[in-house]
Amino acid sequence: MIIQTSLLRKDFTVRKKAGRFRRTRTTVSAVDGVTLSVAEGEMLGYIGPNGAGKSTTLKMLTGVLTPSGGTVSVCGLTPVPQRIQLARRIGVVFGQRSQLWWDLPLAESFTLLRHIYRVPAADHAMRLKYCRSLLDLDEFLDTPVRQLSLGQRMRGELTAALLHGPKVLFLDEPTIGLDVLSKQAVRGFLGEVAAHGDTTVVLTTHDLADIEKLCRRLVVIDHGRVVHDGTLEELHATYRSKRRIVADLDASWPEGLTLPGAVVESVEGQRVTLTLEGATAGEVVARLAQAVPLRDLSVQEPEIEDVVARLYGQARE
Amino acid sequence: MLSTSTVRVLAALAGAEFRRYATYRQATFAGAFTNTVFGFVRCYTLLSVAAVTGQMAGYDPAQLVTFVWVGQGLLAVVNYWGQQELPERVRTGQVVADLLRPVDLMATFVAADVGRAGHAMLTRFVVPVAVGLLAFDFYLPAHAWTYALFAVSVLLAVLVCTACRYLVALSAFWLLDVRGAQMVWLVASGAGSGLYFPITVLPDWLVLALWVGTPFPSLMQAPLDVLVERGGTGHGLLLVAGQVAWVLVLVALGRVVQARAVRRLVVQGG
Repeated sequence: MIIQTSLLRKDFTVRKKAGRFRRTRTTVSAVDGVTLSVAEGEMLGYIGPNGAGKSTTLKMLTGVLTPSGGTVSVCGLTPVPQRIQLARRIGVVFGQRSQLWWDLPLAESFTLLRHIYRVPAADHAMRLKYCRSLLDLDEFLDTPVRQLSLGQRMRGELTAALLHGPKVLFLDEPTIGLDVLSKQAVRGFLGEVAAHGDTTVVLTTHDLADIEKLCRRLVVIDHGRVVHDGTLEELHATYRSKRRIVADLDASWPEGLTLPGAVVESVEGQRVTLTLEGATAGEVVARLAQAVPLRDLSVQEPEIEDVVARLYGQARE
Repeated sequence: MLSTSTVRVLAALAGAEFRRYATYRQATFAGAFTNTVFGFVRCYTLLSVAAVTGQMAGYDPAQLVTFVWVGQGLLAVVNYWGQQELPERVRTGQVVADLLRPVDLMATFVAADVGRAGHAMLTRFVVPVAVGLLAFDFYLPAHAWTYALFAVSVLLAVLVCTACRYLVALSAFWLLDVRGAQMVWLVASGAGSGLYFPITVLPDWLVLALWVGTPFPSLMQAPLDVLVERGGTGHGLLLVAGQVAWVLVLVALGRVVQARAVRRLVVQGG
């Protein structure tokens, strides 16, 4: 396992005003006993609501924060005491922070990173060429980082994180604030990186489309605890996500009509939405066509947002 | 000892900072202009004091001229008042990007500051000193080796100042807002280092306390006394040795504080 944690904890002390001069101290567990194993080459989606402990976990995995308890190993190293050695083997992109030099052109930031990570010139040139073609960097390589758009900067950040050939890539909300095209570019690129299979990726995001498109495995965390660890399909199965049929009719929906294997969710004019309950879409569509004249019809897959919203809600109850 | 590859990394960081400062052309010009204007003000003030007795605190008028103008040039090189980026990076949580690089935080800070000082030496130092040379009679060192000793002393002054500012910056890990600590540093370092006036005008006991108990005279008084050959070569060597000692003390202190700061680190802003 390239990443292994056992009962990983991070407690913070929060001081609150309790009078004119008095302060009370309470301990808040941002991460509360997270046990995780990530295999080499795996692409893991790590999600949770705001304040769930995602970024704190990532900071402990990268050696920036000292854990309050538990054990953690990344690339066979203990992150905090071996932070500098670990830094050579991992790449990190924080969507809300920058690792580039604000006043220098992007190309100079890359050259500087080559020296900092002590990458042989040939390896650096090869990886930069790969990123340039996949992320279309050429048009802004000579532009100072401060003048780049958010989408351009993020493409630069991804390149910067990969130039030293890291074994593990940590991505903390890499698509935050990006427009649709930039998101597609970032996702396409990450898909390519994952397809090579030699880089393990841990992706934290609020955009569940990132997860759907990129990650087979999904870990959901809330209040510092893991509330789901498995595939997307398992998540749907656990929370019994249901498919829907939306049908436009040529007549009004007959009052009181029921269809075996489906429940009427809503009727708006001549549009009816049915939720499948134990029957296949084909069976329900056949019964529907017999009962009422159909004009148009679509089958909707369960939305991951709905499932995750329910999951967050349950975890809070 | 530092390995060749570490030296290469640090040189690359220093070079990047040099290039970065080279992009701020208008700020460089404005800074050099301001230093020059204040050079005239300070020079005439100190010369008017010296005019009464023919000297001031042991400096003759030519030595005072050199003291003032070279001091004006060194002001930006040593960089008492430079923008403090590290505290801001701690406050905003941006420091996380620095800690994720395979280079020591202090080594990065020092290398970058040496790069900045190199740029300041070629721009902010040269302009006021050249203007001063044209407008006044300088004291020029009697011995050639004084120039070499001065160069070493300036480098040590930069390192002492960098190490002091690094300690002030590290206080951000505890205070978040370092304006108070910075204000104390600015007042103490300015008055205690010979930046405003040669510290020899102060009572002897205070001068001794400043030399022995604080790193401040190492910032400005030491390189300037070396250059004007006050007390001869032996005295100059003693001053440089004192600077070396302060570099060692401050670097050791910086390492201890950095280790504690990183251990207690809370990254701001999620």
